[in-house]
Amino acid sequence: MNARILPYVLILPVTLFLCLFFLYPFILVAQQAFSTGSGFTLDNFRDVTSHWKFPISMKNTLLLAAAVVPIQLALALLMATMVSRMEKGRDLVLYIWTIPLGISDLAAGLIWLAIFEQSGFLNTMMSGLGVVDKPVNLLSYQHPGIVFLAIALAEIWRATAIMLVILVAGIGLIPKEYYEAAEVFGASPWKRFLRITLPMLRPSLQTALVLRVILAFEIFAVVAALGGTLFPVLMGETYAYQFDLLNGGAAAAIALIILAISIGFTLLILRLLRVPKGASI
Amino acid sequence: MAEIQIKNVAKTFGTYQALHDINLTIADQEFMVLLGASGCGKTTLLRIVAGLETATTGEIWIGGRRVDHLAPKDRGIAMVFQNYAVFPHMTVFENIGFGLRMQKLANDEVKRRVERTATLMHIEQLLNRYSGELSGGQRQRVAVARALAMEPDVILMDEPLSNLDALLRMEMRAELKGVLAESKTTAIYVTHDQVEAMSMADRISVMHQGKIVQAASPIEVYRNPAAEFVAGFIGNPPMNFLSATPAGNGKWTVAGETLDGPNATAPLQFAIRPEDMQLADTGLKATAKVVEPLGAHLLVTCDVNGTMIRAILDSDHKVKPGDVLTLAPQPDRVRWFDPQTTLAVA
Repeated sequence: MNARILPYVLILPVTLFLCLFFLYPFILVAQQAFSTGSGFTLDNFRDVTSHWKFPISMKNTLLLAAAVVPIQLALALLMATMVSRMEKGRDLVLYIWTIPLGISDLAAGLIWLAIFEQSGFLNTMMSGLGVVDKPVNLLSYQHPGIVFLAIALAEIWRATAIMLVILVAGIGLIPKEYYEAAEVFGASPWKRFLRITLPMLRPSLQTALVLRVILAFEIFAVVAALGGTLFPVLMGETYAYQFDLLNGGAAAAIALIILAISIGFTLLILRLLRVPKGASI
Repeated sequence: MAEIQIKNVAKTFGTYQALHDINLTIADQEFMVLLGASGCGKTTLLRIVAGLETATTGEIWIGGRRVDHLAPKDRGIAMVFQNYAVFPHMTVFENIGFGLRMQKLANDEVKRRVERTATLMHIEQLLNRYSGELSGGQRQRVAVARALAMEPDVILMDEPLSNLDALLRMEMRAELKGVLAESKTTAIYVTHDQVEAMSMADRISVMHQGKIVQAASPIEVYRNPAAEFVAGFIGNPPMNFLSATPAGNGKWTVAGETLDGPNATAPLQFAIRPEDMQLADTGLKATAKVVEPLGAHLLVTCDVNGTMIRAILDSDHKVKPGDVLTLAPQPDRVRWFDPQTTLAVA
């Protein structure tokens, strides 16, 4: 077969698959979002954004992402650096650290619920130690800070490993000679991390951050398990519109808003961490 | 003043002994080349001097100061790496100035030194480029400039020219020698290329299996190899060896011919460089097997009593395979080695 056509023929099946199962449903959702049965309209968007819960769920989603992602990034960098320096047992440690990746987000939420709920581990421990007289309902509207903390902890515990594996792979690609050169020319371990590891890790940081940030805006099951309706987030609202209020148009509108935020942040991350021409390894 | 002393340095990796009791003194401003085949321990020795590797035993002294317990940055050294290690995410300017920035020098001092060394290495027009936009030769220059900008006492180079093509290597060889002589630093230069070693070194340390076999000036190493290994390693083609049996009174029988030699009773190895034999009326009887015209010379591989030797003859001679030649070794260039110890016999 003609070598010029062959590549296109080879990617044809996957292209068709994506068009059929992703592009087409996406167009349907977009159509639904921009119509109420009688032609093009922005009514759905007006409806969802003017609802009193919208600003709160928007704020909660952004706040959670802003709290969780930087901590995950710092932790993943620290863990990746530690793993990369290990000579023995490296794979074992990596496997153990990535166990949470194998657990679904709802299960992760339930594990942390078992810790924080009224009859949970934390209460048992606190009353056992005499810190509290009787078990307290920590995950209630009286303790919004604890609800936030529990959700953030569960998210950090659950999803740091996805960044870790990407960063470990990235660090492995940096040739050892650069570190040796930096050491000979007087860079301390911290300076080597700042001046060699971080800048040379930019492509992996991009991938890890884009992935994590998008997932952070899609947070749903962990919040549902731990916060319920106490802590509304955008994805929870989408679910509520679709299945509780049976308003598919509004659900589609919020879904598109989440998509827009995700695209915006993705572009921002790609821009901030871009590698100048000629400056890659 | 930066004399380097390597005292009783040994290095083992697990059960493998990479270096055996190395002792070497490199004079201030001397250009010392560590020469040897891959795996001989020359790079390990250089990295121990740099502080990137720790010696199992022994001491390193630089400028009268013991440094083997110090971090690389506190040893007064700079290094040029085999793959250059020019940081890809920094411009040429930032690369050359990297060590100066780490020393927290003032901006104008950094700028002054970077521009001076860049001019010295003829890369002043590349200061704003990234390494991905440079050729191998240009990266090499950046790596050298980065080392020179430190104004170090000692410069360490690990096969710095091995990744360049032949023509560029010849050009850089001469340039590097000039620049280093100018900078008045002491240099240790690791290479497996004997031409590089011969042409650049003040002194060559020939290394073999983790030991220094001979440390001497290039011409001394070439003319008076201390051991069979050096004789067979240096020179292209290397020295020829023939077994010799004693005939008494300082006379030796080599391939049926009687030659003058040292007073000894046990058999020795007779050695002669290919260019130190001439066609004559008396001498070793050699049957030409392969004749390679090399322009100015003929390289003739011939059979002497079952042993292959090579002779370099003037290309005016008409020699063809099958011819029986009579090769007379130049008496003052003949060397003798003890086959037991492999060392030279005076």
